[in-house]
Amino acid sequence: MPTYNLKINGQTKTVDVQEDTPMLWVLRDHLKLVGTKFGCGIAQCGACTIHVDGTAVRSCQTPISAASDYKITTIEGLSENGDHPVQKAWLEIDVPQCGYCQAGQIMNASALLKANPNPTDEEIDAVMDGNICRCGTYTRIKKAIKSAAKSMNA
Amino acid sequence: MTLIKTTYNRRSFLKTSALASGGMMLGFSWLASCKPSPEQLVEMPKEWFEINGYLKIGDNGLVTIMSPNPEIGQNIKTSMPMIVAEELDIDWKDVIVEQAPLNTAIFTRQLAGGSQSIRQGWDALRMAGATARHLLKQAAADTWQVPFNEVETNEGIITHKATNNSADYGDMAMAATKIAIPEEVKLKEKTDFKIIGTSRKNVDAKKIVTGQPLFGLDYEREGMLIAMIVHPPAFGKKLGTLNASKAKSMPGIRDVFTVQSYKEGGVKAWCDVSAFDELVVVVGDSTWEVMKAKKALELEWENAPETENKIGGFRGDVRVQKVPAGLENSEAHKLLMENVDKSKIRVARKDGNTDKAFKKAVKVIERTYTCPFLAHNTMEPMNFFAHVTEDKADFVGPIQTPEFMEKSAAERFGLPLEKIDIEMTRMGGGFGRRLYGHFLIEAGVISQKMKAPIKLIYTREDDMTNGVYRPAYHAYYKAGLDADNNLIAFHVRAGGIPESPLAANRFPAGAVDNYLAEDWSLESNITVGAFRAPRSNFIAGAEQSFLDEVAEEAGKDPIDFRLELLKRAQENPVGENNDYEAERYVGVLELVREKSGWGNESSSLHRGVSAYFCHNSYVAQVLDMVMENGKPVIDKVTAAIDCGIVVNPDAAANMAEGGAVDGIGHAMYSEMTFKDGTPQQSNFDRYRLIRHSEAPKSIDTHFVKNDIDPTGLGEPPFPPIMGALANALYKATGERHYHQPFINQVKTTDFKT
Repeated sequence: MPTYNLKINGQTKTVDVQEDTPMLWVLRDHLKLVGTKFGCGIAQCGACTIHVDGTAVRSCQTPISAASDYKITTIEGLSENGDHPVQKAWLEIDVPQCGYCQAGQIMNASALLKANPNPTDEEIDAVMDGNICRCGTYTRIKKAIKSAAKSMNA
Repeated sequence: MTLIKTTYNRRSFLKTSALASGGMMLGFSWLASCKPSPEQLVEMPKEWFEINGYLKIGDNGLVTIMSPNPEIGQNIKTSMPMIVAEELDIDWKDVIVEQAPLNTAIFTRQLAGGSQSIRQGWDALRMAGATARHLLKQAAADTWQVPFNEVETNEGIITHKATNNSADYGDMAMAATKIAIPEEVKLKEKTDFKIIGTSRKNVDAKKIVTGQPLFGLDYEREGMLIAMIVHPPAFGKKLGTLNASKAKSMPGIRDVFTVQSYKEGGVKAWCDVSAFDELVVVVGDSTWEVMKAKKALELEWENAPETENKIGGFRGDVRVQKVPAGLENSEAHKLLMENVDKSKIRVARKDGNTDKAFKKAVKVIERTYTCPFLAHNTMEPMNFFAHVTEDKADFVGPIQTPEFMEKSAAERFGLPLEKIDIEMTRMGGGFGRRLYGHFLIEAGVISQKMKAPIKLIYTREDDMTNGVYRPAYHAYYKAGLDADNNLIAFHVRAGGIPESPLAANRFPAGAVDNYLAEDWSLESNITVGAFRAPRSNFIAGAEQSFLDEVAEEAGKDPIDFRLELLKRAQENPVGENNDYEAERYVGVLELVREKSGWGNESSSLHRGVSAYFCHNSYVAQVLDMVMENGKPVIDKVTAAIDCGIVVNPDAAANMAEGGAVDGIGHAMYSEMTFKDGTPQQSNFDRYRLIRHSEAPKSIDTHFVKNDIDPTGLGEPPFPPIMGALANALYKATGERHYHQPFINQVKTTDFKT
């Protein structure tokens, strides 16, 4: 099995896995970073969203062989103390119900705000439509994204 | 003064050792900021004193409160401990919440279902807090040699004014454990509540937003293997042949075999619904390796014969349920439901004489409503950890019915109840799906076979095509109006595959002189189960759409028309078993009328109203629709809810918002269809769930203020919105929508997709 040296959350991690192993399972099974969630396995729900060089990608459809050269950030590494403006906004607005999809929502929202610090409702929808919340916290998520944008632009 | 009987079997005296050494710090104020400042760091107690099963007090005054029930996102892990904390009279910032173990000797009804956690937990939770407060006061009174009645508490501080004595709960905790529990204790007056009725943040929120392990799928134990199943691709099929030689030789694969989850011919409990009891299992070292090996299996399936399920009741009775053979089709289902055999129709309620009344009626309106099967689609797929040995069975994972599954596991593995341990994890959604724990049994059987700890994981496809669906329903309605546009006759005939959604004694029963309710059902081999607000999740929308159309035919405002009927039910009810309080129904309708500014419709604002009572709570909703670029868009939902006392208002609003979004989503977009027994949707590419852009732009929730003991909120906001949606769609598009998902009809106008 090939050996990969991954740059994850500011650290270098070595794993021996088959080259087609999706990053989702590298993170969850091999690196014990379980904040990245399994939802659909076909890039339709967004629960597994991570950042690869700052861009939001679906880790269930990203084989390790395609990701190993880049800087990877997971929900565990989004901020040192859980104090990224998006995480803070999520807490302030008390967004989660079951909470399972929220790491993916936060990873997608934080990448969105990095690329577009002041998105319109339509721009938020266009990006966030890739993330399903089965509990239906969509209105709170939008509120939290706007609140985070405001604090980041302040 | 309100007294409550204490119901502990024996005095609880348990001194537990310190959870952590004195040097360990824990940040509490998760809410204000994430990195705790030095003053927010609270030192852990050196010693904990267990006052009763619900709570323990640390020597430094910190309190740990156990949340007894499974958490599926309904936020009871915050709101149940709030009730204990209220009666204990402690500052919420000094509370740590833990998920309680399964222990039916201490806790009542450890189940997430029927919106009953708060309603049925209310007394027990108050008692637990009030008892502890009583013991702490008694300990202080004994220590200070003063009368009990002169001792007061205030947020964790005990005082005796006359002698100027003061102590915190931590100082008295050890002494309190030595005092016998009195037969009854005093509860707080509701007007004195300080925590109940104030918004408190989700106690797990920080862990959720930082990706800490919380869910069943996140669970791991040393030496644990990963297991996956393959079940037949169609209802009505079973395993023919298996060739696993290729899969077995793949890297990381430990074994491939077939298992029988439930014993053939055995008696199942209600929570043991399972379509496929014979399964192919792949076990390996990692998830991806097992997933790949699953695809390498060579499998042949064959048609299953007719079988039967033996289902055990609560009184030891056994019901036999036929499981027909055959491969079913959704198109055939529709025809069967439209042409249901008269011999299957049963009268559930009859008031007056509808035949005569319809003959007298000046206007008669007949309509038919349908909805498809639905998959629950919890975001966290089914999974469970199991380690079954000869003398013990350990389970960890997401389950709404731990009490019941403990019994099922004891039966299946031939072990006494005390040798079964089920640890509840936070659940990535429930919606009723996790009431049915066949995956726990499957995990146990696999662990037993492997002689190792294993975690069973379903893929999304395994999960979505495994059954336990919301049934397909059908409802026929007929209403008769007299010359003065009074509703003089009402007939509902509702059925489904394989159960009827009828609630014969709910509104408008009791409000119409001539009323007939009938039900019917058709057999199927597709398994079904409770889906958020079972039966109400269809019949509410159908009924509320129909009433809207009848109101229009009568030339009346839809809210006025409902209020007129409710007035009749209030003042001079028809029949005796009416399953609602008309006054509270009126209350939510009047509140939603006021808060939504009802009556301000315009050529650009299209509004629909709906109101329903289920799971002990009343909900009225107004849905506002606007046309944007030729597409109907949901601008706003206004909700009025009567669920008695609201424990945690912002969290309750969150539930109401989610219920509205969920109801709009399923009525508009979702369906599970079958071709030759095979589910035609197996993942989110073809199974459509509501997404961000399709949700209402804002949701405004208002609660009726009263001091009625709280009722549930997990389910009630979900069913009525489907009626409000249909009624608003009519206003926006000029077309009535009778068949869910409505998107199949509004394709021409097309929503934003």
